[in-house]
Amino acid sequence: MADTVIRTQHASHAHAAGPRPRPIFSRRNIIIYGVLIVLALYYLLPIYVMVVTSLKGMPEIRVGNIFAPPVEITFAPWVKAWSSVCTGLNCDGLSRGFLNSLKITVPSVFFSIAVASVNGYALSMWRFKGANVLFTILIIGAFIPYQVMIYPIVVLLREIGLYGELSGLVLVHTVFGMPILTLLFRNYFSSVPEELFKAARVDGAGFRTIYFKIMLPMALPIFVVAVILQTTAIWNDFLFGAIYTRPENYPMTVQLNNIVNSVTGVKEYNVNMAATLLSGIVPLSIYLISGKLFVRGIAAGAVKG
Amino acid sequence: MSQNGKPSGLFKNLSAKIAAIPMVLTALVVFVGCTVWTIVFSFTNSRLLPRADWVGLAQYERLWGTRRWLISIENLLIYGSLMLILSLVLGFLLAALIDQKIRFEDGFRTIFLYPYALSFIVTGLVWQWVLNPEFGIQNVVRSLGFGNFTFDPLYNPNLVLYGVLVAGLWHGSGLVMCLMLAGLRGIDEDVWKATKVDGIPTWKTYIFVVIPMMRPVFVTTLVLVTSGIIKLYDLIIAQTGGGPGLASEVPAKFVFDAMFVSQNLAQGFAASTMMLVAVTFIIIPWAYLEFGGKKNG
Repeated sequence: MADTVIRTQHASHAHAAGPRPRPIFSRRNIIIYGVLIVLALYYLLPIYVMVVTSLKGMPEIRVGNIFAPPVEITFAPWVKAWSSVCTGLNCDGLSRGFLNSLKITVPSVFFSIAVASVNGYALSMWRFKGANVLFTILIIGAFIPYQVMIYPIVVLLREIGLYGELSGLVLVHTVFGMPILTLLFRNYFSSVPEELFKAARVDGAGFRTIYFKIMLPMALPIFVVAVILQTTAIWNDFLFGAIYTRPENYPMTVQLNNIVNSVTGVKEYNVNMAATLLSGIVPLSIYLISGKLFVRGIAAGAVKG
Repeated sequence: MSQNGKPSGLFKNLSAKIAAIPMVLTALVVFVGCTVWTIVFSFTNSRLLPRADWVGLAQYERLWGTRRWLISIENLLIYGSLMLILSLVLGFLLAALIDQKIRFEDGFRTIFLYPYALSFIVTGLVWQWVLNPEFGIQNVVRSLGFGNFTFDPLYNPNLVLYGVLVAGLWHGSGLVMCLMLAGLRGIDEDVWKATKVDGIPTWKTYIFVVIPMMRPVFVTTLVLVTSGIIKLYDLIIAQTGGGPGLASEVPAKFVFDAMFVSQNLAQGFAASTMMLVAVTFIIIPWAYLEFGGKKNG
C-alpha cells in the first residue's frame, strides 16, 4: 500500500518517457461521466416514479412527494390493477387485456416472420421478374401513413367476417409487419455468399429445400432479432387494437389507456401506475433479456437498408 | 438481375412466385388498393358509410377551412421540427459519449434505450403523471419553498407541445443513439489515427470528417424519425388527449376522430390523403437519393 503511494508520487514528479497514463479523474472523464449520469437520470426518472407511486397508498400520494420512496409499501394497487379495476362494463382488471395481447402477439409474430422470411429469401436469392418493383412498393408502403389505409381495411375485414375478431387483428399485424421484416431478411440473405446458393442449385436443391435446409438454419440469429422486434412492436400497438377489435378483445394498451384516461370516478394514481408498469413488463423484460440482440436488430434493420 | 441472363418465362422461378403471393397481395391490395380507395372516396359525400356520391373537391375546401385541422398541421410542424432536430442532436451526443471507450458502456446503453421498448401509451401515461401539476414536478418544487413556481406544461395551451416533446424524446432518442453508434463504430480507426497525427481536435474531426462520412446513417435516421413523427397519435391520446382545448391536436388524431367518432368519413379520407401528400414530398427525394443513384452499386 505504502509502496504504491510512493510510486505514484514518484511518477507524478518525474516526467518519464512513454504515453502518459490517463488519471481516472481527468477533466475529460468528469465531463463525459457527468453528462452521461445527468442524462441517465432523465431516462430513469419516469420508471422510478412509476415504481414508487405504484407501491404507495392513495393518502400517502395526496400528501407526499412523487419522488419520495414509499413509507408504507403496499401491493394492493398491483392486485387491483391486475384483477379488479374496471374498464367500461368489465371489472376483471388488466388480466383480460394481458390475455388478449398474448393471443394477438403470439400468432402475429409467427405469421409475420414466416411470411417475411420467405419474402426476403425469394427477393434476394431468386430475383424473379417484377421482384424489384414489388419490393419498392412494399418499402414505400411502410411509409404510407396508416391513417390512409385504416378505413378500407375495416371494409375488407367486414367483408371476410373478421372485423372485431382477434384473427382480423392478427392479419393486420402480419400485413403491416411485412415491409420492415422483409427488408430485414432481404438484407440478411443478400449478404449470404452467392456461391453457396449456386452450389445448392447445381446440386439440384429447389426453392423449398434451400430455404429450409440452408437459409433457415443459417439465419437463426436474424430470426431471433425479428421475434424481438415484432413482439415489442405488436405488444405495444395501440391504433390497430383500438380500431379492429371489440371492447372484450381489446389488447392491453387500449385497455390501459381506457383505465387511466377514464373521466369517471376518483383517480387512483397508484393503481394507474401499477397498471402502466404491468403492461410495460413484457416488452421491458424482452429488452433486458435480449440486450445486445435488440440493439443489433435495430442497427441491422436500419443501417444496411 | 444480371446473372439471370437467360430469357425468363412465366414458369421460371415458379415456387418463388408462389411464395411471393402474400407479398403481392399486401403490396397491391393493401398498400396500393386501400390507398387508392381512400383517395377516391375523399371526393365523395360519405358520412356514416362510404357512398359514391361525388362532390369534387368540396371535402378539401371544407378541410382547409376547418380550424381544428389547421391547428393540427401547425402542431405537427412545431413538434416535428423540434423532435427531428433534438432527437438527432441528443442521439448523436449520447452515441459520441458512449463511443469514448467508457466504463459501464452496456449499462448506459441499456438505460438510454429502454424507453424505446415501451409503448407510446405507457410513455404518455408516465409523463402525464410526472408532469401532473398537483402532484408532480410543480408540487415538488413548491414544497421546497418556491410557492409561486408554475410548471404545468400539460395544462397550458402554449406549452403542451413541449410537454409531449419531453416524452417523445425520452421514448425515441435511444433509437437514434443506437443508429448513430452503429455508424460511429463503422468508421475506420485509421480515420481517427490520421486526424490525431494531423493534430485536428476531436470536435472538429466529428463535425468535418465523421459526420459527413455518416451521411447514409443520417439519411436513414432522418427518414425513420420523420415517418414516426407523422404517425404521432398514441402518445397524444395517452398524454393529453389532444387538449387542453385543441392545443395538442395532430393530423392522425383528426383523421381517426373524423372516421370513427364524428361519423364524417369523407373528411377523414380527405385529411388522410393530405397526410399522404405530405409524406410523398418526403419520400420522393429520399427514394431518388437512395435508389435512383444506386445503379452502380
